[in-house]
Amino acid sequence: MDETKFTPKIVGFLCNWCTYAAADLAGSSKTEISPLFSVIRVMCSSRIDHNLLLTTFFNGADGILIAGCHPGDCHYDKGNYYARRRYALLKNVMDTLKLEPERLELSWVSASEGKRYADVVNEFSKKIEQLGPNPIKKSSVF
Amino acid sequence: MNKVIKIENGTKQGVLNFLEHLITTDKISGVLTLRKINEKGICDYGFISDAKELKFADPFAPVMPINAAQTLSSLTPTTKPIAAIIKPCELRGFVERVKRVQGSMKNVLLISYTCGGVLPLNTFQGDGSEKIIADYYNAISKGETPGSIRPTCKACEYFVPMMADITIPLLGNSESESECSLIMNSEFAIQISKEFQCEIITSELDSKIIDKVLAVRISEKEKLYNKTKVTKDGLDELVNIFGKCVGCHGCSRVCPICYCVMCDFESHNFDYNIEIFETELEQKGALRLPPDTVFFQIGRLAHMSFSCVGCGQCEDVCPANIPVATIFKKVGEATAGLFDYIPGKDLEEAIPVMIFKEEEFEEIGK
Repeated sequence: MDETKFTPKIVGFLCNWCTYAAADLAGSSKTEISPLFSVIRVMCSSRIDHNLLLTTFFNGADGILIAGCHPGDCHYDKGNYYARRRYALLKNVMDTLKLEPERLELSWVSASEGKRYADVVNEFSKKIEQLGPNPIKKSSVF
Repeated sequence: MNKVIKIENGTKQGVLNFLEHLITTDKISGVLTLRKINEKGICDYGFISDAKELKFADPFAPVMPINAAQTLSSLTPTTKPIAAIIKPCELRGFVERVKRVQGSMKNVLLISYTCGGVLPLNTFQGDGSEKIIADYYNAISKGETPGSIRPTCKACEYFVPMMADITIPLLGNSESESECSLIMNSEFAIQISKEFQCEIITSELDSKIIDKVLAVRISEKEKLYNKTKVTKDGLDELVNIFGKCVGCHGCSRVCPICYCVMCDFESHNFDYNIEIFETELEQKGALRLPPDTVFFQIGRLAHMSFSCVGCGQCEDVCPANIPVATIFKKVGEATAGLFDYIPGKDLEEAIPVMIFKEEEFEEIGK
């Protein structure tokens, strides 16, 4: 493999009910999707806590995408509202500490939005490719 | 304007007279207060139930051996009323704990005062502390900021107690040697002190003094924030600062907000087994030990910084002299600001991560 070319590693935490289904739909509709994504299926976007996200970053992920049902459409009624607050909170901490908050992203993608899923993933992958590798990845001081 | 009890005595003695009355008339079963434990002036928090023991009480000592919020929550809920004289930040910490169902405000007579800050533990107990403490009292009676107090105290804007039943004007009170005023903020305070023989007037805190101190504190805060580079230089500076961390987790042990018996960071969730070490080494070629010290700090910031009351206890106990409190205060101000939240201000105000509004952050996820 060409060492000089940066191939980002991106982790997507997808809600089981909406975005994971959207990813399925995108796949079965043969939509072209960035191959840099490792998908982790969670039962709800609110399942994701800060330590899970930080562990992912500290283990070398270049970017993290959280995706779930649109506000008002949560399978568990209101999980995504909590997820949104938590996301805003961590983003704020990363922003204050100047820790490249743009590596963390949240998006609402419903089960029928296969095309939107592909767009979100491709766009985010492009952004991370431009950002370059996560500085934590190669550093041994953490 | 509030009802104010006037006592013809110095502030400290007046408060002790008042407490003695409450204890001897069986209005309260005891009081949580700072007290001297020996002639050297070493202080601890004590719960005093016998009026005779009040002679050791030193409720306004400029020291925080522990954040009293922790102790007070272990004393509650109580069936018989108790009193507690604590600092404004300790009171706010207690309110935050009550929100987390780690204590109860019921039957607790919360007495607090306009706070001039506390000295670091080592300064308070160290050589030459007598002069430093005398200078401290001298400075606060004039409403000045003593140079020897904790950095976060110098930068503290919340020196006026919130949610106190009784507020005592101490900061900038030049009369504190000769008179004592107890400002009654709640019906509970008025009822419990009904039989106390004293002069009652209506008055309130001197807003001129409050505004003057507030202006100084805000400018000190800016200075403190400018000094810490951690919020400017990103990861490199974070490593620079937290690289000294010995991983003792003392900062979370003394924190009034961190109440979890089993802290996630001390659980086996983040244990390193040999496979993880090997994977890490394969990727990086070297590894920091103990691992995850920066992770711990960022994790804690995300987990509870919005409730940080800025008491400075974490910074004081840090064996590596990391300015933990300053960083938590600054990050906490931003995270709490995100939800217009002021920790410990109001019991009715829910913890930000426990609630949501449907119409907020609408730009997120579009």
